[in-house]
Parts: sequence; C-alpha cells; structure tokens
Amino acid sequence: MGEVEFLNWVRGSGLNIAIAVFLLGVILRLIEIYSLGRKPDLSAPRHAAGASGLHTVFRRSLPPPGMMKRSPVSYIGGYIFHIGLAVVVFLFAPHIKLIENFFGLSWPGLPSQVVDLVAVITLVAMVVVLVDRITKPVKRFLSTFEDYFTWTVTFLPVLTGYLAVKHLLLPYTTMLALHILSVEILLVVLPFTKLFHAFTVFGSRWFNGHLNAHKGVPV
Amino acid sequence: MRRGLSVLHRAIHKLEPLRRIYEQEYTLLGRLAKMVGLSKPVTDDELEEWKELVYNSCTLCARCSLVCPVGNDIVYMVRKFREGMAVSGHAPEGLIGAVTRTIEIGSPMGVRLPAVQAQMRHVQDETGIEIPLDKEGAEYLVMLSSMEIMNFPEYLSAIAKIMKQAGKTWTLCSTAFEATNAGIQIGVSDLAKVIVKRIVDGAERLKVKTVISPECGHAYTALRWDGANLIGRPFTFKVLHILEVLDEFRAQGLLKTEGFETAKMTFHDPCQLVRRGGVIEQPRNLMKMVVKDFVEMEDPGKYNWCCGGGGGVSANEEAEQLRLEAFKIKKRQLENTGAKTLVTACANCRITLEEGLEHNQMDIPVVGLTEMIAEHLVETPSAKS
Amino acid sequence: MNRRLTVAEQLAKQGVSRRAFLKFCAAAASLMALPPGMAPAIAEALGKRTRPSVIWLSFQECTGCTESLTRSHTATVESLIFDMISLDYHHTLMAASGEAAELARKQAMEQAGYLVLVDGSIPTKDGGIYSAIAGVTNLQMLKETLENAAAVVSIGTCAAYGGIPKADPNPTGAKSVQALMDEGLVPRKPVINVPGCPPIPTVITGVLAHYLTFGEIPELDNLGRPTMFFGDSIHDRCYRRPFYDQGKFAKTFDDEGARKGWCLFELGCKGPTTHNACATTKWNNGTSFPIESGHGCIGCSEPDFWDAGSFYSALSMPTTPLDLAAGAAVAGAAIGVGVALANRSKKGAAKSAHQSAGLADLEK
Repeated sequence: MGEVEFLNWVRGSGLNIAIAVFLLGVILRLIEIYSLGRKPDLSAPRHAAGASGLHTVFRRSLPPPGMMKRSPVSYIGGYIFHIGLAVVVFLFAPHIKLIENFFGLSWPGLPSQVVDLVAVITLVAMVVVLVDRITKPVKRFLSTFEDYFTWTVTFLPVLTGYLAVKHLLLPYTTMLALHILSVEILLVVLPFTKLFHAFTVFGSRWFNGHLNAHKGVPV
Repeated sequence: MRRGLSVLHRAIHKLEPLRRIYEQEYTLLGRLAKMVGLSKPVTDDELEEWKELVYNSCTLCARCSLVCPVGNDIVYMVRKFREGMAVSGHAPEGLIGAVTRTIEIGSPMGVRLPAVQAQMRHVQDETGIEIPLDKEGAEYLVMLSSMEIMNFPEYLSAIAKIMKQAGKTWTLCSTAFEATNAGIQIGVSDLAKVIVKRIVDGAERLKVKTVISPECGHAYTALRWDGANLIGRPFTFKVLHILEVLDEFRAQGLLKTEGFETAKMTFHDPCQLVRRGGVIEQPRNLMKMVVKDFVEMEDPGKYNWCCGGGGGVSANEEAEQLRLEAFKIKKRQLENTGAKTLVTACANCRITLEEGLEHNQMDIPVVGLTEMIAEHLVETPSAKS
Repeated sequence: MNRRLTVAEQLAKQGVSRRAFLKFCAAAASLMALPPGMAPAIAEALGKRTRPSVIWLSFQECTGCTESLTRSHTATVESLIFDMISLDYHHTLMAASGEAAELARKQAMEQAGYLVLVDGSIPTKDGGIYSAIAGVTNLQMLKETLENAAAVVSIGTCAAYGGIPKADPNPTGAKSVQALMDEGLVPRKPVINVPGCPPIPTVITGVLAHYLTFGEIPELDNLGRPTMFFGDSIHDRCYRRPFYDQGKFAKTFDDEGARKGWCLFELGCKGPTTHNACATTKWNNGTSFPIESGHGCIGCSEPDFWDAGSFYSALSMPTTPLDLAAGAAVAGAAIGVGVALANRSKKGAAKSAHQSAGLADLEK
C-alpha cells in the first residue's frame, strides 16, 4: 500500500470504523455504568441538593488546599496537558474544519504558530508527568500496563500531528496518515480504558457533589 | 506483619480486588474476559492479604473522596468492599469482637444497662438533677456511646445541666442507650440494621421528637445518614448531633454562658461529623462562646485530617502501629497551632488523640466541647439546689 | 540498409542542423535537471545510440495522455521524439489500421530490446474481456508484448496505478502494469511510472530522453516514479506556500482570500500529499498550473486519487461518509441495554439469594 492509499484508508474506511467503534463503545459504557443506579437516599436531607452537583463539577477542577504544594507535578503538569490537549484538538483550524464537517458547528481557531507552541508544551508536560510517574515510587507502584498504554495512545496523536504539520521525520503524506491513524486508535480504545473518564468525570463529580449536598457538605 | 505508611496504603489501591469484581461481574468486556478465562479471579488468599489495606489502613475518613479530581467516591467503595470482606471472614479480630459485643450485650465495650444506671445515679448525686429514663413523650432522646459511659461521665452531667437550663424535656432509653454502630465499621449492613433498629424502636416507643447522637462521629453518621437506608424507611423522628442541638439552643437564646477559657485552644474536626456529617459551622459558633483565644488548625472543617482511629481502627489492635504513624499528621497540625488545649466532639477521636499525645509525650489536655460549654453555663439558683 | 540509424543520423536525414540538435540536447539537459554542461555529453550519447523501437499500447484509457504528449513543447513530439525513436505501434497516431497495424506490432516485437509504453489500466475481471483490440484482450496483448521488451514506461495514472478505471467499485477489475507484474500475470520487466492525469507532456518526453540518453532506468521513488520529476510535493514548490505557513486560507473560490491568492488547502487542495512537477515545469508551454489558475491540486499523480474524497474537501476531511456510525450507535445502545438487563437480573438474583448475615458469618 502506497502512502496515499494508506492516507485514503485512514481518512475513509479507517475513520468510519473508528468512529463506529467509538460510538458503540461510548453508548454501551454509559448505559452499562449508569444503569447500575443507586438506591434513593431515605435519610432526611439537611438541605435540598440544588445545583451542588454542578458546583462540584467545577470545584474539582481546582486543587484542594495544600495539594498543589504536595504534588505540584501532578497538578501543574495535569493542567497543562489537559488544557493543551483541548487547545490543539479544538482550536486548530483543520480540526475545526473537521468538526464543522460532522456537526455543522464552527468557531474561530488560533494561529497555527500558537497551536504549534501549545502542542510542544503539551508534549513536554506529558513527558514530565510520565517521568514523574516512573520515578515516584508511589505512582510507579500504582501504575499498570493500562496507564502506560493510555499515555501512549494520547501522546502519539499530538506527536504525529506536530511532526506532520512541521514536515518532520517522514514525508507529510505518511505522517498525516499516521496522525489520523493514531487518533483512530485513540477513539477505539477510549471507551474501554480509563480514558473513558473523559465522559464519566462529570457524572462522578456531579454525583459526589449531589450526594454530599444531601448531608450539607460542599465537597 | 506490620508496616509503616507505604505506597500500599494509597486509597485507590485498596479497591483493586473490588474493581476486578465489578469489571468481571458488571461490564461487558469483563464478563467476556471472565468467560474465556482472561481475568484474574479474586481469591480468599488475596482478600486476606487485602485485610490490612481495607481495615487497618482505612479510617473511612473520606478525605480521598473529597480530593479525588475524577470525583470517585472512594470511601463509599471501601465501605462496600468491607461488606464482602466481613462476611467472607476477613475482618480483623478486634472489630469482630466489638460487633459481637454490640449485638450480644448491647455495646461494643460490653456495657450493660446497670452500668448506665450506676452512672445516672452518680451524675444525679453530683448535679442534683434527676436523670430521666424511659420517659414517654419527652422531646429529646439522648444517646450515649460506651466510651462516654466508661471514660467520660462528664458528658451525661453536661447534658443534664444544659437541658435544665434550656428547659427541655429529655430522656434516656433502657433498651437503646448505646449509639455507636460497629456494624457499619466492620461493613455488615445486616448487623448495622439490627443495631439501628434498637434505637428506632426505642425512639418510637417513647414517642420522642428528636434523637440526639452523642459526641461520637460514627454513631452520628450511622444514625443520621445510614439509619433510614438500613431499615428501609424514613424515620418518624429527627436525628441531631449534640452540637447541632447546642447550636440551636444558642441561636434561640436558650444557651447562656459566662466567662471564657483563657488558654489558647483549637478544635479537632471529627471526620464523620464534618466531612461525612455536615456539622461544620456549629462547633465554631460554640467554641467562640467560651473560648477567647480560639485558633483553627491548618485544613480546618471539611478538609481536616483524621485522628487516625476512625472506621473501627481504634478497636483493631493490628492497626495500632499504623494509627500512631498516621497521628504524626495530627501532631504536626497541632504543634503548628501552638494551642494548649485540644477540643473535639467525638469520644472516639478523644481517646485516640489522648493516646497519640501520650505516645508522643505531649502534655495537651483533650476535652469534649459539650462538657466545656456546660462548665460555662450561667448558674441559676435552681441548678444549685 | 539493415543498420538502424542513430538518432543523430536520423535528425541529419530529416534536415535538422547540428546547431538545432545541440539546442535540443541543452533543452533535454535542463528537462532532466542536469547542468547545461551535460549537453555535449547528451549529444554524444544520442549520436551513438540507435533509435529504439517503441510500442505504445493503449488500454482502458481516455487518450488524454496521448493528447498531452502531443502538446510537448520543449522537445516537440513530431520534430524530435519521433526522430529519436521508432514509434512502431500507436493505434491513435499510426497511419496503418486493422490487420496491418497489428502486423506492425508483431514485426516490431521480432527484435528484442524494444521499449513498451502503456497508457490505460488493464481489466482483469472475467478473463479481461472488458477491453480488447483486434479480438485480443489487453491482458493478453500486454503479456505477449512484454515478453521481449527491455523496459516498460507506464504513462499516466491509469497505467501506473490503475487510475479512474480502478476507482471504487472498479467494475472491470482494472489493474496497473506494476500490479500485474507483482501478481505474476505478465512478465516482469523494469517499470518507470510517469503518473498524472494526464502526465505533464515535458515530463513524458523528459523521461524518454533520459532513458535514451543514458540507456538506463532513472532513479525512482517508492511508487516507481522518477525522482527528478516527482521528488517534491506540489506543496513544497507551491508559490502560495507562504500563505499556508501564515495560516491564510481562501474559504471559498470567490472570497477576499481567493482574490489575494491565499492557500487553497481548505478548498481541498491535495498539494501537500501530491508529488509532481506541476509547480515548477507548469503546463501549456510553461504558462501556469492549476493552483496558479485558482483551483486546488486534485492529486492526480497519486494512487487512488479518485477515491480520496471530494476534490473540494480539505485533506483533514473524511473521504467517505461515516455510514457505520448510526448502526454502531444503535448497536451500542442495544448491547448496553442487554448488559443492563443482565446486570439487573444478576443483582436481583443476588438479592433473593441473600441470607441475612449474622455474627457466625464473621468467623470463617
């Protein structure tokens, strides 16, 4: 298979399959998880939960007191690479074009030089959190194959995307195809690994906030 | 084998076997993996190995649930995990003893009604106030913890004085005086239900409006938040922690104090009262009534660090070394405040703190907030008689 | 006269002067990206080399490649290339027809070492019956003709990679010359691919001139293309490239950006993934090339360019509709509900099998 045929495959059948597996997985997992349900709480509430769930969704994005000092690499590195991923995925012009193609929605992107810079910062932050994971005994102990695997499938799309845009290492066509392929791999594994937190994180935070608001604790 | 705090004690790692059970039983891929033999089954040996993590190294303090960025309710899962651990015979001896005594005798420390009655007589003689027992139609049913019956009798006399000043009717109950619930701590809902049911039956028999949980964190959450769910129906009465009652009295002007403590004091937030219970502002309001020089510890309120003895750990001898290790955090917090007296509102915290301080040769007295308030009550002529 | 004439002799016979011949050699040198100093060497080489016999086979094609070839300007096809080679069979250009034409091919094949030029892809489905000449299928004709050939030049994307006949769903089972060799359906010979739809005329003549001059296959890339013409991507050599780097893109064909000549990437330009000489050699006597005329590159010199999605959707766009998505979503929901029901019955069963735990259960 030549590189253009490879590119055509990842832009065609490959993408079709990846999106299908992704949708199937996400819907399956969401139903699988949330259908388990929880029993209604029969204890008398301290006060109505109201929007506490929503507050917790936002509050958990901020470090609790003292935690920033305790694990600066996790928090700062974590912030940088999560925000960086969001920027390169959603504010790079060709990606917006793709989203527009799927959903008809579009918004202004950032200049490509800015996105390039963010991509480099994101890659560096990801390497730093990986090194931190390997060198800190506690983190290394808690890490399983899945942790390294999910790190890799998240890292590769950013790396190949950057190399493709910059015409580095391999011919553009091949690198672009590898970039799209790496994104497809990410889409396929996301619903079935801990990367699924991209979907469940808000539900979990909301539920935690809601449950504790019943007791009157703003968690 | 005893170990110090180590990487093993990371909250999420404690749940590893539970996670596998969830995956194998309730997810499609896990079910398929189990079917073709790709997943590692959870064995008795593994559970025995996990006993230390699930019981000895967890006080159910829920700080992990509070700081988890993903929003995982880790303590809820540890509590669930204990259900399986306990009935498969992997609970620690100390906790089994406590729960057995609670079920068979009525209290984890083996306290029987005569001991309570002896205390009642003692307090009656000391204060001159009659301690009501099984008085139908009283507004409040006052619960005790065995720790208070055995070690801190000041609590009962404090209640007597406060209720007298507030002019409220109250009673103890001969069939339900013990509030602590070792069933929750060991993690057996069926046993926790038996214990809660005694209180519900007693409260309904005496037709009280409100049941007052004593200065004991786990007793409070077991009754206030778990109780109705254990018996499967809402309560017909209210449940309040004693600090909530005192703060209500304060707001209504029924709690009149005089004089201030002169020593620098700080307050230890019991996890079950604050993080798991929602009683956060009340102790601060009460502290300010009688303490001039009140200083907060670092991470006060919902972020507070556990004394180290919650979740059944204080009843579990195997966990002692780890508990003293965990106390180092408390020690540091305490030293940073420079306080001369430590106030708290949980008898279990109190005994754990006292032991920790003694172990570290620190000469800081630990007092219960309720009894400290009682010491500052405005003396009325009738109270003297 | 039995001896074939050398190229120089042939030219002299045609009345082409020595000066005109050297001028041609200089043009050929520049075409092959060689330094001008190479011209005398080329002249010497061509002076010694006899005109090779060339058989041009046209299969499933549109004659666009031949049309393109006839527009070669740097080395005009009629005055020079036909004097350099002996084009013994080309069913569009030859005067002979019918059996005489086929006889010409057979005669040319008698002396081994001829060059075969192919345009058009070869149908293989159903025994290759979808295209035949004089009752002989293309596949059969190619097989026979390649037998004693020195080399084959696949002119145009159809011959090189299958092209439009091979585009999805490829009803005739069309294949490229290289693919047939790889499958062992025709004899294996050295192949030079000169893709394009059509190829640039001067690139066709340039490749032939190189072969004739040096008597060997030029350096090829991984898709069998001479790197001297196909080494760079259109994008690498595009005069609009600075706008791409600045992120300035035309959004429609008549907007401000289009008028200012900004990059056509978002309008579907395949320049970044297309290797060809359009941006440097240009078309129509060096007049212009598609991007210069305001239209994105369609990527015609690459395999499967017809299946690379719309010419007007950017490279980052999917090439096919995501027709599996809806079905997958429904399947996901169905499986999810299935698992949910199974979980519910498992929980229900556990609940009804539950015996109230007592103190005895704690000691085991």
